[in-house]
Amino acid sequence: MDLLTAIVLLPLAGFLINGLAGARLGRGFVSIVGCGLPILAFVAALRAFFALTGGDGAPLVATAYTWGSVGGQSFEIGFWFDRLGAVMALIVTGVGSLIHIYSTGYMKEDPGYARYFAYLNLFLFFMLLLVLGRSLLVCFVGWEGVGLASYLLIGFWFEDPAKARAGKKAFITNRVGDAGFLLGMFLLYHALGTLNFDGVQAAFAAGAPAALSADLVGILLFIGATGKSAQIPLHVWLPDAMAGPTPVSALIHAATMVTAGVYLVARLNGIYAHAPLASELIAVIGVATALFAATIAVTQTDIKKVLAWSTISQLGYMFLALGVGAYGAAVFHLYTHAFFKACLFLGAGSVIHALSGEQDIRRMGGLARRIPLTFATFAIATAAIAGIPPLAGFFSKDEILWFAFASDRGGGPLLWVVGAFTALLTAFYMFRLLWLTFLSPSRMDENTAHHVHESPPAMTGVLLVLAALSAVGGFVALPHFLHPVLPMAGIGEGLERYETPLLVTSVLIALAGLAGAASLYAQGPARAERLAARVPRLHRLLSGTYFVDELYDAAVTRPIAWLSEVVLLRLGDRWLIDGSLHGLAALARGAAGRLSRVQGGGVQRYMLLAGLGILVCVAWVWRHV
Amino acid sequence: MSDALLLNAVLWLPVLGMLALPLLPRGNDAAVRALTLAVVALELACAAWLLVRFDGSVAGLQAETRLPWIRAWGVEYHIGLDGLNVLLVALTAFLGPLVVAGAFSAVQRDVKLFHAMLLLIQFTMLGTLLAQDLFLFYVFWEAMLIPMFLLIGVWGGERRIYATLKFVLYTAFGSILMLAALIYLVYTLPWHGGSVSFAFEYLYRHPPAAAAQNWLFAAFALSFAIKVPIVPLHTWLPDAHVEAPTAGSVILAGVLLKMGTYGFMKLGVPLFPEAARFFTPAMMTLAVISILYGACLALVQTDIKKIIAYSSISHLGYVMLGLASASLLGIQGAILQMVSHGLVAGGLFLMIGMIYERCHTRDLAAYGGLAKLLPVYSLFFMILTLAAVGLPTTSGFAGEFMVLIGSFDAAWPLYEQGHAAALVLAGSAVLGVVLGAWYMLWFAERFLFGAARAPHQPLVDLGRRERLILAAIVAAVFAIGLYPGPLLEKTELAARQYQKVLQGSAAAEVRP
Repeated sequence: MDLLTAIVLLPLAGFLINGLAGARLGRGFVSIVGCGLPILAFVAALRAFFALTGGDGAPLVATAYTWGSVGGQSFEIGFWFDRLGAVMALIVTGVGSLIHIYSTGYMKEDPGYARYFAYLNLFLFFMLLLVLGRSLLVCFVGWEGVGLASYLLIGFWFEDPAKARAGKKAFITNRVGDAGFLLGMFLLYHALGTLNFDGVQAAFAAGAPAALSADLVGILLFIGATGKSAQIPLHVWLPDAMAGPTPVSALIHAATMVTAGVYLVARLNGIYAHAPLASELIAVIGVATALFAATIAVTQTDIKKVLAWSTISQLGYMFLALGVGAYGAAVFHLYTHAFFKACLFLGAGSVIHALSGEQDIRRMGGLARRIPLTFATFAIATAAIAGIPPLAGFFSKDEILWFAFASDRGGGPLLWVVGAFTALLTAFYMFRLLWLTFLSPSRMDENTAHHVHESPPAMTGVLLVLAALSAVGGFVALPHFLHPVLPMAGIGEGLERYETPLLVTSVLIALAGLAGAASLYAQGPARAERLAARVPRLHRLLSGTYFVDELYDAAVTRPIAWLSEVVLLRLGDRWLIDGSLHGLAALARGAAGRLSRVQGGGVQRYMLLAGLGILVCVAWVWRHV
Repeated sequence: MSDALLLNAVLWLPVLGMLALPLLPRGNDAAVRALTLAVVALELACAAWLLVRFDGSVAGLQAETRLPWIRAWGVEYHIGLDGLNVLLVALTAFLGPLVVAGAFSAVQRDVKLFHAMLLLIQFTMLGTLLAQDLFLFYVFWEAMLIPMFLLIGVWGGERRIYATLKFVLYTAFGSILMLAALIYLVYTLPWHGGSVSFAFEYLYRHPPAAAAQNWLFAAFALSFAIKVPIVPLHTWLPDAHVEAPTAGSVILAGVLLKMGTYGFMKLGVPLFPEAARFFTPAMMTLAVISILYGACLALVQTDIKKIIAYSSISHLGYVMLGLASASLLGIQGAILQMVSHGLVAGGLFLMIGMIYERCHTRDLAAYGGLAKLLPVYSLFFMILTLAAVGLPTTSGFAGEFMVLIGSFDAAWPLYEQGHAAALVLAGSAVLGVVLGAWYMLWFAERFLFGAARAPHQPLVDLGRRERLILAAIVAAVFAIGLYPGPLLEKTELAARQYQKVLQGSAAAEVRP
C-alpha cells in the first residue's frame, strides 16, 4: 500500500479492532493495538518525511480512489504530503502517540477502556485525513470527523448529563462554523471547478481569479476556522469541552484538533495573499481573542479551565500571525504550543490523578515536593508558554509579536501592544497557576493530602519527553523550513532596528508576569481574592467569561426555540394549517347536512330538481352541439 | 432469464405471495411470516441482480416490457428501468425483507391480512416506480393508498382513525387534481389517425400548449407535493407516522414519500417543461422553507416518532432543492439523498419500533441513558443519527453535500444576473446543516445519554434478528457514503436528461 494511505489507515485499523472486539480482548491487547498503530503511523510519517526532504522537494502525492464523479468532474480521495503536511502529520502522530501512551496510565481503571482507545484512534484517523487530504473535500471529511471524535470523547462519561451536553454544544457550535466552511468551499468550486489545494493555490498564484472575491472566500473559510479553533465568536464550546478525559483535552482540545483552523488558513495562504480584508479580519479577531481569553484565564479556578482559556488565547496568537501574513510563524507557534500545552494538560491530568479528581486550584498547593516530576515538567512548560528564553514558546511567540509589529502586510504598533499586553497576562496567569498548584502552602484537606501520589511511569515518562520538547523545540527554524510552502510577509521599511528592543521588551514582560504572580500568590489565593473583592463587577465579568453563553442563550437559542414552538408549531401547523383543514371539514359536514335535506322524501321536490337538471342538460347541449 | 422477465418477477412476486397466503393453514403465523419473507427476499435478489446489470451508459429504458392493455385508448402495460427509478426500485426491494423481519414480533393481530397488505403495498409501489405509461402509473399511484390506509387504520395507534382520514383526504385531494389534469391532457393530445399513447416517452415528445402547461403542472405538482410532503402540505405526515405501526412508518418514510419527488422527476418536469421552468423559483423557495421548517419543528417535539417525521420533511426538502436546482450535481445529489433518506429514516423508524416493543411509549421524556442500558442498540442508533446529521463517510453526507454544492453552483450565476434571492435561498439551505445537527444530537442526548432511565426494566438488548436488520442498513449507509461512484454512474445519463429538460433547449451546454 502507498505510504501516505498507510499513515492515514493505520489508526483506522486500530479503531476498528478496538471498537469491534476490544471489550473481549483484554486491556493489554487494547493498549498494544491502541498505542501500537499510532506509533506505526508516526514511523510511517517519519519515513515519508525523509522521502520528502531527501527528494527533489516535490510533494508526495497519492490517490486512494475516486469517490464519485458527476458530469466528468470527479471528486478524488487523495493525499498530499508537502512540508506543511509533514509538520502537521508528525505533530499529530507524534504527540498523539505520546498521549495514547499516557492514557494507558490515566484511564487504567476506566470500564470504557477499549471504547476510549477506539475513539482516540478514530480521532487520529480523521485528523490525518484533515492534514493530509489533497482537496478541501477530503479535508472537510476529516474536519467533520474530528468533530465527531471530539463529540464522542467530550461526552465519554455520558451518564453525566452535563458532559453529554458539553459534547453536543461542541458539535453544534462547530457546525455553525462548518456552514461557513461549506459556503467557502462551494464558492471556490463554482469559480475554479476544483477543490484540490494545489489547484486552488495554482489558480491564485497568478493573481486573484476575476470571477471570485478572494476576501469573501477567505472570510467564509475563516468562519469555519473560528469554529474549530475556538475563536470569537464561536469560542464558547472549548471551555465546556474540558468535560472530557484530560488526555483528550491535551490531544484534541490543545495540541491538534483546535489548530485545524490555523492549518486551513495557512494551507490556503494563496487565497489570503489576495484577501487583505479577510486577512485584516483574521488579525483583529486573533488578537482580540488572545486578549479576551487571557483576561478570563486570570480569574479561573479550575485547573483545566485555566488551560482551556489559555489555549483559546494562544490560538488567537496564531491567527494574529496568519492575519499579518506570517504563516510560518503561525505554524511555528502551533508546533511549540502542541508540546508545551500538551505537557501542561497532561501535567494537570497527573495533578488531578494525584488528588483523586480535585480540579479546583484553590484547594491545592504545596504539590511541588509531593509530585516532583509532575512539578518539574509543569514548570518547564509554564516557562515555555510564558515566553521565558530560551524555551520553545519564547521563539515562536516572539516571532509572532515581531511580525504583528513589523509585517508589511498589516502589522502595526497597536497589534503589537495588544499582543504584548496579552503576553504579560499569559505569564501572569500561568505562573499564578504554577504557584497556586505547586508552590504556595497546601490548602488540601487531610484526606486528599494523605493520598497524594506521583503518577505511574507511563504518565511521567510522557511528561518528561514533552517537557524536553517544550524546552528545546524552539531551536528548530520551522518558518525557514516551511518557507517553500508558506511564504512569510516582508518587514516594513526601516523597522529592522526595532527588532532587538522589542525582543528585550518581550522578555521583560514575561519576567514581569512571573514576578507579579509570584508576589501575589506566594501565600495562596487570599491576597488576590481581597484584591478582586475591590472590583467586584470586573471580577464577575471576567470569571463569568463575559456572559457570552448567557447572551447566546438569550439571543439565539431561546428565540429559535420560541419561534419553533410558538410560531411554527402552534400558530403554523396547528392553528393555521390544521385549523383550516378542520374548518374545511366542518364546512363540508355542514354543507352535507344541508344537502341531505334535499333528499327529504318529498316527491314534488324530486320532480322539481329533476326537471331543473334536465333543463340544464338540454341548454348545455343546445349551446355546444 | 431475460432481464425483462426478471423485472416482471420483481413486480409480480408480491402478488403471487399474496395469492398464496390464504392457502396457508389458519393460525400458523410463523408460516405466514416465513412465506412473506421468502417472497420479498427473492424479490430483493432479483432486484439486486437487475441493479448490477443496469448499464448507466445506455440511454432509455432497460429490461423493458411493453404489451397492449386497453387498445381503444392506447393504454399499455409498459414497465422498465431507467436511471431515475433504478435506485428507488432497489431501495424498495431492499427495505422489503427488513420491514417483514422487523414486524416478526411486533404484529400479532390479523397476521395474514397484515402481510398481505405489506405485499400489496410493495407491489403498488414498485408498479408506480416501474410504470412507463401514464394510465398504468395513475392506477398504481392510487392503489398505493389502499394498503397504507389499512396498515394505519387496522394496526395503528389510538388516534389512527383521525390519522388515516387526514392522510386519505390530503392524498385524495391531490389525486383528484391529478386525475383532472390527466383527463385534460389526454383530450388535448394529437389523436392523429385515431392512435394515441399514454407512454411517457410519447407524452414527453408532445407537451401540451404552453398556456395550459401551468395549470396542468400545478395540478400534478400539488399531488406530488402532498406526497413529499412540502410545507405547508405536510401536516398529515407526523400524524400518520405517529399512528402507523412500525412497518407502516418504515414504508412511508423509506419509499412512499419518495414517490412525490420521483413524480416531479419522472412526470412533472418532463411532461410540462415550460411550466416547470416557470415554477422553479417557487419550488426552490418551498424546498428551502421545508428544510428549515421541518428542522425547527423537529427541535420542539417530545414524541420520538414525530422528531423523525419532521426530520423527514427537512431531508426531503434537500431532495426538492436538488431537483429544482437544474445543476447536475444537485440532481444527482437529490437522487442519492432519496436513497439515503430511505435507509436512514427507515432504519430510525425500525429502531423506534424496537424500543417501543420493549417500553410501549414514544415519549422522549420517559427515556435516558440508553447507551448504558442497551449498548448495542445505542451504537446502531448513534450511527443512524450521524447519518441523518449528514456526517461525512455516511450516505447522508453524500446526498446533502452534492445537493448543496449543486444548488449553490446554480444560484451564483442567477445572483450575478441580479437575482440575489437565489443565493439567499442556497445559503439558507446550508443553515439546515446546523439545525439538523441540533435536533438530532439533542434527541440523542436525551435518548442515549444522561442517567439511565426507561419505563420498563430490565431491558433486553437487540437480538440477532434485530442486529441483522440494522447491520444491513448500516452497511448500505456506509457503502454509499464511502463510495457513491457506482450509483452515480447508473443515474448520470438520466439526470443529465432531466437537467436538459429543466434548463430548456435554449440553455446551451451548462457546466455540471
